[in-house]
Amino acid sequence: MKQELAPTAVARSSEVGSAKPSDVIDVSHLRKTYGRTVAVDDVSFSVREDEIFGILGPNGAGKTTAVECIIGLRRPDAGTIRVLGLNPESDRDREELHTLVGAQLQVSALPAKLTVRENLELYRSFYYHPADVGELVTTLGLGDKLGSYYKDLSGGQKQRLAVAVALIGQPKIAVLDEMTTGLDPQARRDTWDLIEGIRARGVTILLVTHYMDEAQRLCDRVALFDQGRIVALGTPSELAAEAGGGKHVTFVPSRTFDDRLLTDLPNVTSVEHHGPRVTVVGKGELVNAVIQTLATNGVNAEDVTSGSATLEDAFLKLTGRHIHEPEEVNA
Amino acid sequence: MIALQSLLPPQAPRAAFRKLVLDEFVLTRRTPNRGLLGLGLPLLLLIVLGSIPKLSQPETALGGLSFIEVYIPTLIGFVITATGFLGLPLPLATYREQGILRRLSTTPVPPAWLLGAQLVVNLAIAVVGIVVLVGVAMAAFGMAVPKSSLGFILAILLTMVAIFAIGLLIAAVANGASVAQSLGGIVFAPLMFFAGLWVPMAVLPVQIRDISTWTPLGAATEAIQDAMQTGFPSAGQLLILAAYAIVAGALAVRFFRWE
Repeated sequence: MKQELAPTAVARSSEVGSAKPSDVIDVSHLRKTYGRTVAVDDVSFSVREDEIFGILGPNGAGKTTAVECIIGLRRPDAGTIRVLGLNPESDRDREELHTLVGAQLQVSALPAKLTVRENLELYRSFYYHPADVGELVTTLGLGDKLGSYYKDLSGGQKQRLAVAVALIGQPKIAVLDEMTTGLDPQARRDTWDLIEGIRARGVTILLVTHYMDEAQRLCDRVALFDQGRIVALGTPSELAAEAGGGKHVTFVPSRTFDDRLLTDLPNVTSVEHHGPRVTVVGKGELVNAVIQTLATNGVNAEDVTSGSATLEDAFLKLTGRHIHEPEEVNA
Repeated sequence: MIALQSLLPPQAPRAAFRKLVLDEFVLTRRTPNRGLLGLGLPLLLLIVLGSIPKLSQPETALGGLSFIEVYIPTLIGFVITATGFLGLPLPLATYREQGILRRLSTTPVPPAWLLGAQLVVNLAIAVVGIVVLVGVAMAAFGMAVPKSSLGFILAILLTMVAIFAIGLLIAAVANGASVAQSLGGIVFAPLMFFAGLWVPMAVLPVQIRDISTWTPLGAATEAIQDAMQTGFPSAGQLLILAAYAIVAGALAVRFFRWE
């Protein structure tokens, strides 16, 4: 009440848009062009404290540009950004911002002939309250690589070191841009576990990715970018639901059974057979419903895999295109 | 931009600069072609040429000086130019190309600190190179104590500032390590010609000597030579060096890009 009457408070609230006290990043009407190319157009979103927020979209959607504006590497043409209350456009705020935000950038490297330990010690010296090198390398599985030159690390190890460097200053926010690109599937899954571990330490994570499965697995909320705009924003399942998608479960039955057992269930829409495997598509508590119904009828479901209708479906529905269609990059 | 940042109290601990300098030394030691060539080659030239007795005899064509006496300022110029044109811009261009500067600009450390660290490291290498070179020349090849020691040191310091400013300009405009290397090499050859690396300026036509006076290394070798043989160098030579330092330095600041 008091706030609404005070003119300064009104001005401030219009300036920061829909920011709530728990928002650590607030982006409002962001626009950035390179020459005649509009990279980011009227983008607004807020990131809450302690969440993993995904910026998802195909190459060239403006994801990296938006993130670069947020961490003060680029100056927006229009719109306002506040990160922990700081303005990345102001020189003075930006330096303070850089003590609070750790970044793993898509195009960046560390000196080739410094070892893992030397690189970490170097970046450690940049902060007043740094993390412990030993603990960090243990968490990131780099403990036996401390004496290796950066140039001798594998792609996955370089990525993990980049994450370690992003975390060495004990940031409140970690920005991770395409951190699993180029990694093998095992390394990707390890990295996902790692990100969840980082969030568990109370770090808010802004995750940029063009992998649907990554966003779906990790993110609390996702902003779906396409051609410089946000086409949808919500939890992965909200977006999938918006696309009309449901869930699916695949299993190998212990014996043959009548499909009607399952098609009669209210939340099942279809049952398909692929060799010995059966795929059931539906919505709601699909897995439990399917397995329990089968069990009651003396059928064991083995080798069960399940999943939600995907963000991929959502993207297709919203844009009419597949996310992995090659597009010219201007990121 | 550089000036602005250095006026603000840094968010990063001052110790970070020390660490940057130390690591740049470590990296230089691990990347031997980075400017260390500039230390070995002039010393080798001094020892090889100094060991030929005829080159230590006074020559009327050289105004009564020996070839070695004329050549010492050239070799000093060589040390400064090798560190300033290769040792300084090459790592900076590499860091920009590989995104190391970009990575650094997301930390509280101003990227200008890395530039400063590079300057400190390469100046230190140049100073050590010159001290060793002059020490060996005095101990083994009969170089006399300069007539004006102050002028000698001042001329060398001004040369360093001018050449390093040009080196920073190379780092500013080169958009990759290979470009920086070629650019450094392309500028190196003619500048060293006017410093008399291949032929002493004294034996060349007066027109070429006149041009030489206006080049940074021509002015530098003349100033150093005068300090060694006659006394405090002329204001003209020192002003030419200062002008190169100011113009190249201003252009470098104007055009430097962190990414």
